[in-house]
Amino acid sequence: MFIEMMVNGRRVSGDVPPRTTLADFLRGSLHLTGTHLGCEHGVCGACTVIMDDVAVRGCLTLAVQADGCDVTTVEGLAGDADLSPLQAAFRKNHALQCGFCTPGILTTMHALLSSEPDADEARIREVLTGNICRCTGYIPIIKAVLEARDAYRPTQKVTVDAAE
Amino acid sequence: MRLSNTLVGAPVQRVEDRRFLRGEGTYVADVTREGFCHVVVVRSSVAHGTLRAIGTEAARALPGVLAVVTAADIIAARGEVPKIPLRQQVLDEGLPYLQPVIAEGVVRYVGEPVAVVVAEDAAVAEDAAALIEMDIAPLPAVAGIERAAAGDVLLFPQSPGNRPMVFTAEKGDAADAFARADYTRRECFSVQRHGAIPMETRGLFAEWDDAAGHLTLHGAAKVPFFNRSLLAKMLGLGRDAVDLIEVDVGGGFGARGEFYPEDFLIPFCARLLGRPVRWVEDRREHFTAMNHAREMSAEVEIACTRDGMVIGLRGTVDVDIGAYVRTNGFTGPRNVAQFMSGPYRIPNIALDAAVYVTNKTPAGTYRGPGRFEASFFGERLFDMAAHDLGIDPAEFRRRNLVPEAQMPYKLAKMRHIDPSADTECDGGAYEIVLDRCLDAFGWFERVKRQGALIDGRYHGYGLGMFIEGGAAGPREGCRISLEQDGRVTVAVGSSALGQGLETVLSQIASDALEVPLERIRLLHGSTTLVQEGFGSFHSRSTVMGGNAVAQAAEALKIEIRKVAAARFGCSDSDVVVGEGMARRGDDVLTFADLGALGVSVETSFSNSKHTYSYGAHAVHVAVDPKTGHVAILDYLTVEDVGRIINPATLHGQVLGSVVQGLGSVFLEEIQYDGDGQIMTGSFADYLMPTAEDFPAIRSISLELRPCPNNPLGAKGAGEGGLIAVGGAVGNAIAAALRSMKVEPCHLPFSPPRLWRLIQDSRQAAA
Amino acid sequence: MKLPDIEYIRPSTLDEAVRLLAAPDAKVLAGGQSLLPLMAYRLAAPRILVDIGRLSELRGMRSDAHGLVLGALVRWRDIENDPCIAAAHPLLREAVSHVAHYQIRNRGTVGGSLAHADPAAELPAVALACGAGIVAIGPTGRRMIEAADFLEAPLTTALKSDEIIVELRLPPWPPTRRFVFEEFVRRRGDFALAGVCLFYDLDGEGRMVSPCVVAFGATEIQQRISMLEEYLAGRRLDEVVCAEAGEMASAAIDAVEDMHAPQDYRRALFGTLVERALIRSMTSGGGHVH
Repeated sequence: MFIEMMVNGRRVSGDVPPRTTLADFLRGSLHLTGTHLGCEHGVCGACTVIMDDVAVRGCLTLAVQADGCDVTTVEGLAGDADLSPLQAAFRKNHALQCGFCTPGILTTMHALLSSEPDADEARIREVLTGNICRCTGYIPIIKAVLEARDAYRPTQKVTVDAAE
Repeated sequence: MRLSNTLVGAPVQRVEDRRFLRGEGTYVADVTREGFCHVVVVRSSVAHGTLRAIGTEAARALPGVLAVVTAADIIAARGEVPKIPLRQQVLDEGLPYLQPVIAEGVVRYVGEPVAVVVAEDAAVAEDAAALIEMDIAPLPAVAGIERAAAGDVLLFPQSPGNRPMVFTAEKGDAADAFARADYTRRECFSVQRHGAIPMETRGLFAEWDDAAGHLTLHGAAKVPFFNRSLLAKMLGLGRDAVDLIEVDVGGGFGARGEFYPEDFLIPFCARLLGRPVRWVEDRREHFTAMNHAREMSAEVEIACTRDGMVIGLRGTVDVDIGAYVRTNGFTGPRNVAQFMSGPYRIPNIALDAAVYVTNKTPAGTYRGPGRFEASFFGERLFDMAAHDLGIDPAEFRRRNLVPEAQMPYKLAKMRHIDPSADTECDGGAYEIVLDRCLDAFGWFERVKRQGALIDGRYHGYGLGMFIEGGAAGPREGCRISLEQDGRVTVAVGSSALGQGLETVLSQIASDALEVPLERIRLLHGSTTLVQEGFGSFHSRSTVMGGNAVAQAAEALKIEIRKVAAARFGCSDSDVVVGEGMARRGDDVLTFADLGALGVSVETSFSNSKHTYSYGAHAVHVAVDPKTGHVAILDYLTVEDVGRIINPATLHGQVLGSVVQGLGSVFLEEIQYDGDGQIMTGSFADYLMPTAEDFPAIRSISLELRPCPNNPLGAKGAGEGGLIAVGGAVGNAIAAALRSMKVEPCHLPFSPPRLWRLIQDSRQAAA
Repeated sequence: MKLPDIEYIRPSTLDEAVRLLAAPDAKVLAGGQSLLPLMAYRLAAPRILVDIGRLSELRGMRSDAHGLVLGALVRWRDIENDPCIAAAHPLLREAVSHVAHYQIRNRGTVGGSLAHADPAAELPAVALACGAGIVAIGPTGRRMIEAADFLEAPLTTALKSDEIIVELRLPPWPPTRRFVFEEFVRRRGDFALAGVCLFYDLDGEGRMVSPCVVAFGATEIQQRISMLEEYLAGRRLDEVVCAEAGEMASAAIDAVEDMHAPQDYRRALFGTLVERALIRSMTSGGGHVH
């Protein structure tokens, strides 16, 4: 089936078997391999992408369901910068080790902070339960997300200092 | 002149992070080539049976299917179905129990590879796999150790029985010690089957270049050099005809990277088809295909003097190793026997670890293999003894710690094993670490509230201490080359699995060569990089890889001096090397110049002595007796790792391993039914720790006693955070529920199990 | 775990969707959060997926004197983000916060949850407790199915294979009503090992009127515990009554058993939850996750 969508600000299209998941479309047809498959049954969150401004599991969305939608993957988070404030906060706080779960956590947290820049620790933890990390034990991730909130608050223009 | 060691010891932000954060990492599932095809491994759905026939017609007929491979095809090509040998504890006793790379006439566990399908795309390959017909005549399933021990059904009819091996750890005269002891206590304990479960499943990408007669395999991890040699042999190729390439790896924890059946099957397909092939394990498959771990039950006994000196430890541990003994299947069993004494001085030891085969997925190592189990058994028994003798558990431990003056301290000897497998604690101030932990935790204040019932929950505090063996030898290779652009390429045989290897080794190289971190290009793992490598396991990569880098850096400086001296027309000792150049007076050769001259060295660092990090854990739990739920209110670890190269990555490792340990204690379990069918085949049933489960963890890492046995003074660290968790938490729960005389001895401490212990003890009291 | 092969059709009207469902092996696709995992495990392999996800007539939410009407395609996030719904039906709002995880709540729908009918799911429990009605449309038109009749067995409902859920209708919720939604889960978002959804009104003398107690998670499907409701009706709550109610609750259910928890544990757990829920309802009500 022929589908068309915006991915990271660019119009893309493809002809895919309907059973293709959005995650596999992104990885296979568009070669955006930053979105990872950790379980393919909707629990681990590694495949999370942002679709029409909400975080969704790429493995539980068919590519055909994303037809006409606006999708952002981890590759689209930094824009023109090297690292977004959220990504820089992750680096600063050592919030990743093997990096496999990281893209899904970045998109989830970006979606969360974009709509709830004042999310407190409890809310961040609650939302983060939809992503499994095996390496970090989550504590540094929470720290990084808390720190990154400033960059999402509309009145303040504080950028997270990513310098060593 | 730059000060040396500005980076070593500093919490340098990781060099690997940028690509991971931008989604630009390359994991094996991201590797593609023109015209590559997809592999699905077809697996037995029966736990034990005679494989009579495999129907491949329907699968082959599906459009897009390129090949279906079975044992017959492998025998036709290679003359036999290769068996996977042992890599660690290489003992003849294991020979009858080795796994063939594909089932041959019999299947022995649900998940055993039976056939391989190659197709144009992954979905079609999976469709085809569903069409494979397996004619299996079921045999009785040996579903557990009891049945295995009964011996009425042999998994390997040609073998002596279902018990390949018994490891015996010995010291002194245990029989005598127990005969004269003032106090003894015997208890049963167990740890459940669970596994490493990294977030990235396994995968392999194989390319066969027929013209060159060369195989390239992406997806290697942990021990690529060993695997390369083994694979070459299995394929009938010279070592140099095979290269294993390590790309980014999504966690290993001891399970990824060992030689599995797929490590033969996928390259075999590539050679057969003459096209690149890619296999990506899916998560359902992963639960039956990747090494399980930890299923052990123990009956152990402690002997003490009446003032709490432990004089003996003896008992038996039974290990359920699954259907085959894989490359490191013997490591956990061997370790549980040798390391049950932990950081304590126990003069008389007699511990047997008996290994049984059963019709389950084979088991191998998982972070702190055998050590987690041993610590759980030993630390629980310690607390029971302490309580019976009326001695505070912290004091009990203090009395029995190996004193610094007795270091190096030999651990129990393993009978029947190469004596070079003897090991000794290298050095350490065990008592100081205990004190630091007690102090930072506020132990003596808090234990006044042991067993307090507050708002419907019982509160308890528990301790556990550990040693963590690291830095297995024998060697590690490192090649450093100067490049024409002024960069320095450092290639090591160590493997990166997410632990920050690139950064840690770059720090060492940067300081040693006085070159900015950004100019270091750190390559790792692949067999194309160095002559000889050994990889990452047993917490060895910082010590072995780190020292290899440091040693190679010194060798490089010597080589630079030699080359520069020849150019400058002076003696080597007149040349000063520093800040990215070689200089003598006004004569200068930059590293870029030297790179143009092709300056490079390759050396190997040797080590035969294990390092021992050590530490103490303290935990505060609150137990809800009505639901059996346990909340971890505070978890503290304090450890001495000798020398900290990067405190940030170390801290990250410790936190992560504590959470894994808590997952082992409360949540994770691989369950089988009585027919050997696996019941936990998804993340809905196998419960991984999430962000809300264990928020209150803190850790302190110290550099009290650098390791005397390697130039960096570093010790392997990264498993210790997990090793003592079982005992510490079990002790805390026992203390919380002291009024009910509940002694938790069997993991996991799931709510229903704890609730049952409480009910049983209430009924017993009534 | 790639999905089995499917034909995919996206009808532009509800009537067209109903017609497409007449084909054998055709199944409705809405959010896909329950269906796709089943397909990934090849436990379900519908030949045709009828994607109703863009039928805007199924998206509406309406709250008035007659109660609350939720279109089948209303997502959990729509309920969470609408302050009017939270005000109009705080029990529903509370229950939704227990459903799965953030990403799932962004896609999962009311209709999907009801049609899937997992025995431990929260929305069917609320629907049953409130005496909700499920409106379904089929080839012969629309019909209303009472929640009690709708839930038949685990993963089995009264919905026919050629019917589509159109909306859920909840009766009006009295603002003074006391309610508690309490469940015990291993981790947030997991299906409950046991859960209770209960509410009652109070008369002028502080006695419970029309108590409603629904068990889920511990039982085969969501079910009302009428024995307990009869016990509570007309009583004033105090700690003794709560304790007695808890004991009665344990005895009243046939608890299920699986690899996660045995039957006697679930039974005891349910009793504990009922007692704690009733105690909590005395002061505040709301919800709690263990």
